[in-house]
Amino acid sequence: MPELLRLTGVSRRFSGLQALRDVNLSVAPGEVLGLIGPNGAGKTTLVNTICGVTPANSGTILFDGTDITRTKPYQAARRGLSRTFQIVQPFAEFSALDNVAAAALFSQPGESLKSAREAAREHLAFVGLDAQADQPAATLTLAMRKRLELAKALAMQPKLLFLDEVNAGLNSAEVERATELIHQLARSGITIVMIEHLMKVVLNVCTRIVVLHNGHPIADGAPREVISNPAVVEAYLGQQYAQRTARHG
Amino acid sequence: MQAMQILINALVLGSLYACIAIGFSLVWGVLNVINLIHGSFIVLGAYLAFGLYQSLHLSPWYAIFVAAPLFFALGYVIQRLILNRVITAPVLVTLTLTFGLDLILNNAMIYFFTADYRKLTLSPPLGSVSIAGAVVPVDRLIATATALLLTGLLYLLLRRSRIGRAIVAVRLDRDAAVLMGVHVPSIYAVAFGLGAALAGCAGVLMALIFPISPLTSSAYLGKAFVVCVLGGLGSVSGALAGGLLLALVESVGSTYLGPSHATTLSFLLLIIFLILRPQGLVGRKGFE
Amino acid sequence: MTRSNIALLILIACVAALPLFGGAYALRLGTIACMYAVLALSWNVVGGFAGYPSFATAAFFGFGAYFAGVLMGKGWPLAAAVVAAAIAALIAATLLGAVLLRLRGHYFAIASLSLAEVLREVVNNATDLTGGGMGLNIPLASGSGVMAEATFYFYAMWGVMLLTAIMVIVVAQTKLGFALNCIRQNETASSMVGLNTTLAKSIGFGLSACFVAAAGGIYAAWVHYIDPSDVFDILYSVKPIVMALMGGLGSPLGVACGAFLYLGLEEVVWRNYIQIHTGVLGVLIVLLLLFLPHGLTSLRFDRLRRRAKHA
Repeated sequence: MPELLRLTGVSRRFSGLQALRDVNLSVAPGEVLGLIGPNGAGKTTLVNTICGVTPANSGTILFDGTDITRTKPYQAARRGLSRTFQIVQPFAEFSALDNVAAAALFSQPGESLKSAREAAREHLAFVGLDAQADQPAATLTLAMRKRLELAKALAMQPKLLFLDEVNAGLNSAEVERATELIHQLARSGITIVMIEHLMKVVLNVCTRIVVLHNGHPIADGAPREVISNPAVVEAYLGQQYAQRTARHG
Repeated sequence: MQAMQILINALVLGSLYACIAIGFSLVWGVLNVINLIHGSFIVLGAYLAFGLYQSLHLSPWYAIFVAAPLFFALGYVIQRLILNRVITAPVLVTLTLTFGLDLILNNAMIYFFTADYRKLTLSPPLGSVSIAGAVVPVDRLIATATALLLTGLLYLLLRRSRIGRAIVAVRLDRDAAVLMGVHVPSIYAVAFGLGAALAGCAGVLMALIFPISPLTSSAYLGKAFVVCVLGGLGSVSGALAGGLLLALVESVGSTYLGPSHATTLSFLLLIIFLILRPQGLVGRKGFE
Repeated sequence: MTRSNIALLILIACVAALPLFGGAYALRLGTIACMYAVLALSWNVVGGFAGYPSFATAAFFGFGAYFAGVLMGKGWPLAAAVVAAAIAALIAATLLGAVLLRLRGHYFAIASLSLAEVLREVVNNATDLTGGGMGLNIPLASGSGVMAEATFYFYAMWGVMLLTAIMVIVVAQTKLGFALNCIRQNETASSMVGLNTTLAKSIGFGLSACFVAAAGGIYAAWVHYIDPSDVFDILYSVKPIVMALMGGLGSPLGVACGAFLYLGLEEVVWRNYIQIHTGVLGVLIVLLLLFLPHGLTSLRFDRLRRRAKHA
């Protein structure tokens, strides 16, 4: 199967802290990959590195056949990499519509403001925000702002979509709604890499899971297998707990 | 011999520059305000020394003890009554506000003292000494020593005293300081007062060496800018390092390129540092 | 086009009628009014749209004044010299912007402030070309009479103001204005949606320099004599900010009104308190920032209207 994304030996340091260490990873088209790991494992850094926000110190990143190791964030965005932020990043004074229009406008060369706004309306409808289209983003609830992030990411017509904790801070009804959206996206053929803490969502949505620990992937495979992998349990819960669960089967 | 003279000149000038800049650096670091009145405070301090010497024959060494409390009070009040009201506003607003305050103070000085250059001449003059083959006027030497002393005092204050620790705490993490029970507005006022007091004292020292006029305030302010950016923001050691580097560059530049290019050189250095090393010589990155 | 932009163009058209009513004094004031509007509208592109606290206006103004002044001294006609100065400023500022606009907040403010200092010193030292601190005399265009000359320079400055207003309106309505708006609100998010922020900011910076330099060139020809401390005066950097704050950041109409209003205040202060006029200006700035942080829009008419409705 041809790969959409391939990371080879990617490392990233922050003045003394080794945030990513020799990461090898590939993502096939159509996959929904869950990226999990304890806090501080380097999940968001990995997304930042792929998107060009914090470029890799070493290693190469291939996306859709081209080397994007050194591209700037805006170039990565135009190539079809889009993302949502863990901490939502709206244009606070803009209406929801213009937020999404901005994403459509700047990611597609040659797009006009008018056509971007038209496209934005469709994406807002898809995430269920059409009623709030003219409301300033600052006035939306957190759940709405998370969906706005998603609409922005979709307006960029991504080939690969990174979802960084889209469910954090949402109540269970909102989580259910978001999960349904992700399912729809996956069905429409967009390749997704999602960082997620809610195991229920991961098991429900993902076709494959990669576990990151101390900046290095320690497990990669089908969801059920990975979460019963002793190394993974240890990373999450500590050695003692892992030994105990191993003994008790 | 020439190298020695350049080096000594740079040391003397650098200590004075550090003294000009530490108050500015403190205010920038703690309050996150670029204080454009700083230059006029320095000039006002110089006038104070001049006036005390002319009328009471009070030597500038003692004038420092008058200047420090007076300027502290002035700064404290300005921060409490005016600056504190816009302290959370964007850079544009705080910067323009201090510019407005500077216009008022500077114009008042021109109005009362005129723009004429005056010189505080000690009688009898102190002469000069020769150090390692370099000639240094004694008044400069004393000013340098005093400048270093003031810098050291600020360092001790920030390190050792309760209020100093509170100031540093607010600088490092305002919100955490609030949680620890620090009353931020009064810390801001104290820091601004200290900045003003340091400016006033620096002015007293400047009166010993340079001609006094309200027109010189922007030159002092410019030095403070450059020193802060070169050395790194908000630390005493940064101001010292920045002051010395600037003085060295200026001394070397004016010797080899001519004095008129010294200022150009210092501002070019400022822009280069801003772009390549905004954290300064001893600053830490991302430590705004 | 929005209603406020149409109002701006109407306002500018009305200003053009000034020579029909006023004498030499009115024309002088009118010329300065147009010049201030150019500075404030231009500053608004970087300061208002993109939200970068630029103090570089004095640098562009002085650059334009000297660039055009030197060319006119070499015998270039006014129009050619001014256009050349504007193009040179556009190119220089765009390139410089790519470097300087990587800085944010206080650091950008200081760097832009220092720009005028650097240029002033450069001009001071390039004595052969610029006359250094002695200043530069610009040859008189023609002896066509005081009134004719006053009217000519008024319309020249007015023309630059019109062009600036058109530029600002066009920017506001196109992709560039939208981009600068995004950058002001959230620069990180802007680059993540595919916006080349450096490019957008640099073009904005270049455009904001271009017309200021043109105004500087006309100013030089108008006053016949410039020196570094005059045209690189930091007040040229601060005044446009005060005007924009007066009129309300971001809105071109507000900014232009702020410029005219500011000139009015300045003139009153200047005539009545010549010795303390900068001090009074300082008091005005402080009062404005403390009590009308959003400029005259703080006194919103809709609030009055609402009050009237309740009554």
